[in-house]
This record gives sequence, C-alpha cells and structure tokens, in this order.
Amino acid sequence: MNNPPEVAQDAAEHEHYAHEVAHHVKKYMMVGATLLLFTGITVALSYVDFGTRKANIAVAMLVAMFKAGLVAAIFMHLSAEKKLIYRVLIFTGLFVFALFWLTFLAWYDPVHH
Amino acid sequence: MEIPYTVAARPDTGLWNAKIGIWLFLASEVMLFGGLFSGYIFLRLDAEPGYWPHGLLNVPVGTFNTAILIASSVTVVLAWAALKMRQYARYQVYMGITILCGIIFLVVKLGYEWPQKYEHFGAYIKKDSLEKYEQYLGNHHLMSEGLPPRVEISGHLHNREALNDPNIKEFEVALDPVNADPTNKAMDRPHFLYVPPTEKIGKIEKEDVERATMFLPTHNTYFASYFTITGLHGLHVLAGVLVFIYMWLPVSKRVYQRNPEHLANRVEVAGLFWHFVDLVWIFVFPLFYLL
Repeated sequence: MNNPPEVAQDAAEHEHYAHEVAHHVKKYMMVGATLLLFTGITVALSYVDFGTRKANIAVAMLVAMFKAGLVAAIFMHLSAEKKLIYRVLIFTGLFVFALFWLTFLAWYDPVHH
Repeated sequence: MEIPYTVAARPDTGLWNAKIGIWLFLASEVMLFGGLFSGYIFLRLDAEPGYWPHGLLNVPVGTFNTAILIASSVTVVLAWAALKMRQYARYQVYMGITILCGIIFLVVKLGYEWPQKYEHFGAYIKKDSLEKYEQYLGNHHLMSEGLPPRVEISGHLHNREALNDPNIKEFEVALDPVNADPTNKAMDRPHFLYVPPTEKIGKIEKEDVERATMFLPTHNTYFASYFTITGLHGLHVLAGVLVFIYMWLPVSKRVYQRNPEHLANRVEVAGLFWHFVDLVWIFVFPLFYLL
C-alpha cells in the first residue's frame, strides 16, 4: 500500500491500484469511528470507580494504548511496512522502555523512600 | 538539480528517502515526549496524598478537541488517498478540512482553555492551618470516606491586588463549588461539566497560605507539566497546520502536475507526523483531563 508498484503509468494497472485505495478509504473511516467511540469509552470509564486510582489509570492507559495502536497500525501504515522502518522502531521502543524503566527505578530507590 | 528518490524507492533501503527521514524524526520525537511523560509520571508518583489535583480541566471541551484531532487524522489520510486516486479537487477539500480542524484545536486550546486557567486562583494552605479552614476543605468528611485530603482552596480571586500588595493580609475568593460545599458527597469526585465558582466568598489569611497564585505553570507541578506538554503538543499542531497550508496552496499543484506521486508522498509524510501528534494527544487527554 505504501510503495505502490512503481506507480502506474500504465492505465489499467493504475485503475486497479486506485480501486484498492478506494477499498482502504472505507477502512480509514471505520478506524476513525472506532477511535471516536473509544474516546467516549475512555471518558465514561474515568467516572467508574475501579477501586483504586491506580486501577483507573491502568484501565485508561490500556484503552489509550489500544487507540494508539490503531493509529500506528492503520493510519501510519505500520501494519504493512518495509523492514527498515521496523528496525528503526525496535530501537526506539527499547530506548523508550529504558527511559520509563529508569523513572520507576528511581521511584523504588530504597534509600530515598 | 533533481532530488533523488522522492518517488522511486532507493534500491538499498527499499524506500523513498522522505519516508525513512520522517520515521527517524518521529523516533526522536518519541524520545522527546517520552522524556516529558516519564517526568510527569515521576512527579505524580512522588506527590503527597492530596497534592496532585483532579478535575481542574474542562472534560467536554477536552473530549471535543480529541474528537477534532481524530477527525483530522481521518481527513488527512483521505486527502492522501484522493491524491493516489488522482482526484485533486477532492484532495483539496479533505486537506482544507484537516487545516480547519487543526486551527479549531489551537483556538480552543489557546483561546479558551489556557486563558480560563490564568483567571483561576488557588491557595495551598499550610499543613498546620488546614484545620482552621475545615469549613472549606471538609477533610473530616474525606477521611471518613477514606479519600485523600484537600489542601487547596480555589476559585475566583476578588481582590487581585492581594497577590502583590504585602499590606493586604487576606485573599477574598469566590469559592469553587468543591470548597463552597466540601462535605457534599457529589464533590468527592470531579464533575463532568464545568461548574463555575459560586457566590460564596471565602477569606483566607495570607499567613496561613503556603503558596498562592493564579493557575499558571508556577502554581504546582501539575500545571507545570500540563502547560509544558500541551504547549509542546500545540507547537506540533501549529507546525502541522503550516505545512498542510503549504500543501493546500496552488504552489503544490505544480508539484502534482509534474508528478502526482511526489505530492502524494509529501502528504503521506506530513500525515505521518500529524498522526503522531494525534497519538500523543491520545495519552495527554486521559492523563491530564480524566485521571
């Protein structure tokens, strides 16, 4: 989808390609609607008491991650991308993980607390 | 000079160049926002009970802005698809809607949400004096409910000159509903709809106050992180809007006429940036508005 087959100076090939794009348009609309729905769900869930505030935060972050995943996979085409992009993003993921892990590490520092 | 690989894939990477460029840039953006978010987590986890405020932002307005950003993410991808289908007129419509959405978002944020905060006042009460202001704080009630205490009295400051004049010994505040009726169970949790300050005036002596300012970044760590993160996010929205305007103007039609795929690729790259900005907001919204 991202890199069209050396796009299509040939009319028939391009027509086929354009048809495929039209098909994807419906998917984008559906994803948009899902995101809006889940925005409503996030708001609603924040008024439900899950026992502790930590539990509420966990629920909200799970919903947010699902939404973020949809945006990344569909809108940003990450569900079908070239290998090199994944290679770049794996490192990004690792570094972000380390970054957040450091934060928690500092918080659990037994000397400080 | 012709810039290479704007449309055709570079043989060794398998991608046109701008695509790798934007993803490397977004990788650095992830670290930028990641640093701020981890700072936010750190500050929040370390906050004493009662010192991390809740329900200060307007939830319906935030929800509206979230919906606006999501809608613009859809329209930008539709604009790209229109170019792929060689429908320039339709592309311009979708791009126009995207730009409009971005502008609405910024106007709501900078024209409404932020200024409303600058007009709001809050005073943190010294720990020794909390009991004295029990009628505004309702901490006995909160304790019996097993909830964290209230340590701040907020509302509309009547005597603004008190902020700077050391001869004025007290703040006169039209109290927020939560301080006007603190033992009401309805006040235990934040409201969905914004409720303006009441008519009830509370007087707070300055010597009982630990810290009192308008709701500016200096007010507390919550507002410091709120203004920093939404400010940086807003800058990204502004940048996206400017780039989109350029792509919407007639200058870009020339690119399209020379090679439609070239403009489509530009829009895709700008769109990737825009989706990332949307993605950041997906986390900002619950963290600051709801939780």
